[in-house]
Amino acid sequence: MGNLLLIRRLVARDLRRRPAQAALLLLAITAASATLTMSLVLHDVTSNPYEQTQAATRGPDLVAQLGGGPTFSTGSGGQHTGAPPGAHGSGPRIHVATKTQVAAQASALIHMRGVTAHSGPFLIAGAVLKVRDLAVAVQLQGRGQAPAAVDQPEVTTGSWVRPGGVVLERSFASALGVGVGDVVTLNGRRYPVVGLAVTAASTPYPNLCFTGGCQGSIPLYTGTIEGHGNGLGWVTQADARFLAAAAGGPPSYVLNLKLAVPARANTVATAYDNAHQQPGSPSLMSWQTIAGGDALLVTDEQQVLSVGAWLLGLLAVATVAVLVGGRMAQRTRQVGLLKAVGATPGLVSVVLLAENLALAVAAAGAGLAIGMLAASLIDSPGAGLVGTAGAPALTLSTAAEVVGLALTVALAATLVPAIRAARTSTIRALADAARSPRRGTGLIKISARLPVPLLLGLRLVARRPRRAVLGAASTAVTVTGISAVLAFHNMGDQQRFGNAAGLGDPVISRDEQMLLVITVVLVALAALNAAFTAWATVLDARHATALTRALGATPGQVSAGLAAAQVFPALPGVLIGIPLGIGLFLAANGNPTATAPPAWWIAAAALGTLVVIAGLTTIPARIGIRKSPSEALGQEA
Amino acid sequence: MMETGSTSMVRARGLRKQYGKEASLVRAVDQVDLDVARGETLAIMGPSGCGKSTLLHLLGGLDRPSTGELWLAGQRIDQMSERGVAALRRDAVGFVFQAFHLMDELTAVENVELPLLLTGRSARKARRRASDLLDQVGLADRGRHLPSQLSGGQRQRVAIARALANEPLVVLADEPTGNLDSEATLDVLRLLDDLHQAGQTVVIVTHDSRIAATADRLISMRDGAFVDDTRLTGGTTGSLSAFAGLEG
Repeated sequence: MGNLLLIRRLVARDLRRRPAQAALLLLAITAASATLTMSLVLHDVTSNPYEQTQAATRGPDLVAQLGGGPTFSTGSGGQHTGAPPGAHGSGPRIHVATKTQVAAQASALIHMRGVTAHSGPFLIAGAVLKVRDLAVAVQLQGRGQAPAAVDQPEVTTGSWVRPGGVVLERSFASALGVGVGDVVTLNGRRYPVVGLAVTAASTPYPNLCFTGGCQGSIPLYTGTIEGHGNGLGWVTQADARFLAAAAGGPPSYVLNLKLAVPARANTVATAYDNAHQQPGSPSLMSWQTIAGGDALLVTDEQQVLSVGAWLLGLLAVATVAVLVGGRMAQRTRQVGLLKAVGATPGLVSVVLLAENLALAVAAAGAGLAIGMLAASLIDSPGAGLVGTAGAPALTLSTAAEVVGLALTVALAATLVPAIRAARTSTIRALADAARSPRRGTGLIKISARLPVPLLLGLRLVARRPRRAVLGAASTAVTVTGISAVLAFHNMGDQQRFGNAAGLGDPVISRDEQMLLVITVVLVALAALNAAFTAWATVLDARHATALTRALGATPGQVSAGLAAAQVFPALPGVLIGIPLGIGLFLAANGNPTATAPPAWWIAAAALGTLVVIAGLTTIPARIGIRKSPSEALGQEA
Repeated sequence: MMETGSTSMVRARGLRKQYGKEASLVRAVDQVDLDVARGETLAIMGPSGCGKSTLLHLLGGLDRPSTGELWLAGQRIDQMSERGVAALRRDAVGFVFQAFHLMDELTAVENVELPLLLTGRSARKARRRASDLLDQVGLADRGRHLPSQLSGGQRQRVAIARALANEPLVVLADEPTGNLDSEATLDVLRLLDDLHQAGQTVVIVTHDSRIAATADRLISMRDGAFVDDTRLTGGTTGSLSAFAGLEG
C-alpha cells in the first residue's frame, strides 16, 4: 500500500514538473490510438445501409446475367485500390446466345428451387456516355415505367425512366458531375437526365461489374472505350433496344431473383456457376457479393487507417523513446535517492515505468473517444446506397486492442531505459553524473575531413548514437507514410487522367482524404519529434557547443552544426523510408502492375523532408546559442 | 573596425560589465582601464567573486562588456559582430580554463587539433601540429588517451597545448592550477614559464600569490575594479626558480 502511495505521488509530481513532455507523449500515443480505433470501429459499418437499400429497392438475392455476354464479377474484396484500368475482373468473354436460348435460361432460373419472386430479364445496352469533355462507358438497363417486383431502384432525385430520358446511378452521376436536368449523349443521342437512383442489385460506380468486366476496355461493338469503371443507368425498354442496336453485338440481359432463404444466395450462385460452365450459360451474383462491393468504400478506408495506425504507432515509439531517454537522464538523482532509502531495483523500475504507462492508458482513453467521434464523421457508405450507417460500436475487443497498442508503445520505449536506470549504482545516481557522451571513433575521424558545420554535426551525432537511431527511425516512418501517399496519389492520377474518361473515383478520393489526414498527423507528430530531439541535442551539447565557440567556432557554424546533427540521421531515414513506403503501397495494393510515383515527386519529398528537419532544428539551435560561451561554460563547469 | 595606434596587445578603456537592474544591479567589472604589452605576462589576483574571471572572459571575447572600449591586437572587439569575435578567438586567443574544458569523447590529440580544424586546416596538418604540441607539453605518449584516462595535470597540459594550437597572440589562463595538486601545478607552471620566456603574451587569473610572483606585472582586483597595479622584478628576468618551495 505504501509503495502504491509512493508511486502515485512520484508520478503526480513528475507530471506536474514536466507538463510539456507529458503532453507530447500523450499526443503521440493518442494519435496512434485514435487511428486504430477508427479502423476497428468502421468494421461492418456498411451492412446497415446495404440492408436499408435492399429493403427500399426490393433488392434481389441473386442477379443473373443472360445472353452469353461477358461474365460479370465484382470488385469486392478490397482489391479495388490500385487496380489499374483493365486489370480487374475476368475480362470480357464474348459468347452468343439466341433469344430462344435466353428465354429458356430465364425460365429455368425463375423455376429453380427456392426462387420466390423475380423481375426481368431486362435488356442491357452498352453505350458511350458523353458529357462536357468526358466520355465513359455505361451499362443501361431497359426498364418498364411501372415498378418492378424485384429491384425497383430507389429514385433519390427526379423521377423514374420515361421515353427519351435516362436515370443514372447516383454515385456515377456524382462522379460525372451531372444532375437532374443535365443532358448527356448516349451513343451519340441526346438524353436528359430525369432522375438519380440507387440499387442493391449491383455495386455502384466505379465497381460496377456487369457486362464487360469491372473496369477497363469495354467492347461496345461500335468501338472500344478505355475507361476506369463502368457507369450504370436505366432507360425505357424501347430506348434500351435502340441503344443496344446502335452498339451492335449480341444482346445481354439481367434477371433479378428473390430466394426463400436469402442467406443461401452465395451457395446457390456458386453451385449454379459450377454446374453451368459451358459458353453462353448464365452466371449468377449473390447479394453478399454485391454488398461486399458496396462496402469497398469503407473497407478500403479501414485498410488505409489500419496502415496509418501502425505507422503512427511506430512513430509514437520513436517519440516516446526520445522523451523517455531525456527524462530518465533528468531523474538520475531521484533514482539514487530512492535506492539510498531502500527501494529495490524492481520498485525503482516500477516507479519509472508507472508514469508512462499511466499516460499510455490516458492516451488510449482519449484515442478511443476521439476515434469513435471521428469514425462517425467518415462512415458514410457513399452515394451508392441509401440510409445511414449506425453509430460505430465500441466493443470490448476494440478497447482491448487500443489499450494494448498504447501500452505496447509505452513499454517498448520505456522498459529498457527504466531497467537500466534502476540498475545504476546508487552512488553514481546520487552524484547525478551526466551521462558520458559516446565516442564514435570512425565518425570523429571522418568528421575531421569535413567543413566545420558538418564536422560539428557529425561529432554531435557520434556523441548520442541512440538518439540518432531514433531520429532516423522517426524520419523513416514519416517518409514511409509520405511515399505511400505519393504512390497512392500517383495511382489515383493515372486512373483519373490516364484514360479517356477522366472521371474521379469516390473510393480513391475517400482513401486519399484518409491518407491526407493520416499524413498530416504523421508529419505534425514527426515535426514535433524533430523539434524536441533538436532541443534535447541542444541542451545535451551545451558544454560542447560553448567550448567550441570559445575555441573560435562562429554562432552560424555551431547553429548549422546542430542542424546537421539532425539532418545526418534523417538522411538514412529518408533513404529507408522511400522504398518502404512504395513497398508498403504495392503490398497493400496487391497489384503487380501498380507503379511507383515519378522520381521527381520522390526527390522533392526527400529534399523537402530534409529541409523541414533542418528548418525545425534551426529554431532550438538559435535559442540554444543565445547564451554567451562564458555563461554556458560557467554553468557547466 | 577601429584600430588604435597603440602597441598594446590588449587595451581596455572604461570597461564595465553589469548584471541585473536597480537594487539588484551587480557590477562584476567596473570602469577598468588596462593595457597589456606584447610579450608581457600579467597576473590578476583578488578574492572570489571580485570579477577576475569575468574580466578575462571580456578580454577574450567570450562575453560582451556592458559599456567601455576593448581592443585586441589593435582591433576593437566590443562592437565587433559575433562572427568577427569568433574569428578573433580562433586566431588570436588561446584559453586555458580551471576546469580544463576538454571534450570527454575526444582523445588528447583530437582535443588539441579541434581549434586547428576550426580554422580549416587539413586533417593531416592538424594532426601533425597537435602531435607536436602534445610532444612539447610532455604528453607525446598520451595522445590517444581520453581525458578520463589522464590525471588533472595531464588534462591541463592538453588544454594548454590546445590553447597554443593556432599560435595565439595572447593566452588567457583562468585559474590554470586551481584544480591541481602541487606536482601538477609545477608542471603547468613550467609550461607557462616556457611561454613567458618565448615572448608569448599571457594573462593569468589566479588566487595563488606564488604563481602571480612569476609574472611581469600584478593587478589586484576588488569589487570589479583594479585596486593595485604593480610591476614585478621577478617576471621577465625571473623564472620558476623564483617559485619558492616547488623547485626540484
